[in-house]
Amino acid sequence: MIALDDTDRAILRALQRDAAQSAAALGSRIGLSQPATWRRIKRLRDDGVLVGRRVALNAQSLGFGVTVFLGVKLATKGRVSLDDFERAVVAIPEVQLVEHVLGLYDYRLRVVARDLADFERVLRRRVMTLPGVGNVEANVLLSEERRPGPL
Amino acid sequence: MRFYRGAVGLASAAPLEFLGNMILSCVISSNMHISMLDDLDRRLLRQLQADPSLTVAELGARAGVSALKAQRRIARLQETGVLTGQHAVIDWRALGYAVTVSLRITLDKTQARAFDEFIAAARDIAEVTEIQTFLGRVDIRLSVIARDMGHYQQIYREAILTLPHMTDIEALMTVATLHDDESLPL
Repeated sequence: MIALDDTDRAILRALQRDAAQSAAALGSRIGLSQPATWRRIKRLRDDGVLVGRRVALNAQSLGFGVTVFLGVKLATKGRVSLDDFERAVVAIPEVQLVEHVLGLYDYRLRVVARDLADFERVLRRRVMTLPGVGNVEANVLLSEERRPGPL
Repeated sequence: MRFYRGAVGLASAAPLEFLGNMILSCVISSNMHISMLDDLDRRLLRQLQADPSLTVAELGARAGVSALKAQRRIARLQETGVLTGQHAVIDWRALGYAVTVSLRITLDKTQARAFDEFIAAARDIAEVTEIQTFLGRVDIRLSVIARDMGHYQQIYREAILTLPHMTDIEALMTVATLHDDESLPL
């Protein structure tokens, strides 16, 4: 486990907000030289804390008006059915997130679609036909907000 | 609003038709990005989604255009609010947070301010990394991270259970994330 100091935390918070900013710009805001900032970013990357970037797009303006979270329960269990299900579900282009969970459902999926009719198509043709799929619960996403987390 | 209406009106006056059309097209572009995106925009966004660390020159090369042209398009996508930013992804496990739990919460909807007050209070819990609202059986979902199950239990009892207006709470513990790619299928 990696211990962070206050400067590391400030760097992580700044990069969560804007990962495209230069080390010089970031450093000047937190009172650190460009090389010192760069070294810290590199260490956070090497230590596996910073694992990449996410491009934020306005899904609505690109014609993707609906995001739905699905809770999926498998009808049949066993090693083979889990593997089959997992292999098939990650191949669906509209599925953005697949989590294996413990609790009321076996999997949590995040699905993006153009509108509700398009979502229905994805649900019927792609999700309900997945191997081993049982009960499915859908919740339509209205808003979301990412928090910085314990930094 | 009055300015735009006037400008559209000018389109019918012959000498000013060109100006009027230009202003009209600007009005449309601020509301309807969908029609403004062409194949090149989509190619650039696809490449950028696949690898956000690409430089503008690399991005252009992959999309088959010059760096200058790629730069202009990316700038326009930013100006029109299609491309809203880039955010660093942190692996919380590397920082010792081994537990991730999805809390699916039902609120007391007879309270008019239930959502606002609940969300405001949830924002004060440092270990909450996501707050989502839904239409469906579940009203709100929180992503909560913790160092271990003991730590989770402490957060659950001391912070989560004191949140206002909850009528039901249901937990899903993440065993594994098999796929996490918020790329849009452009």
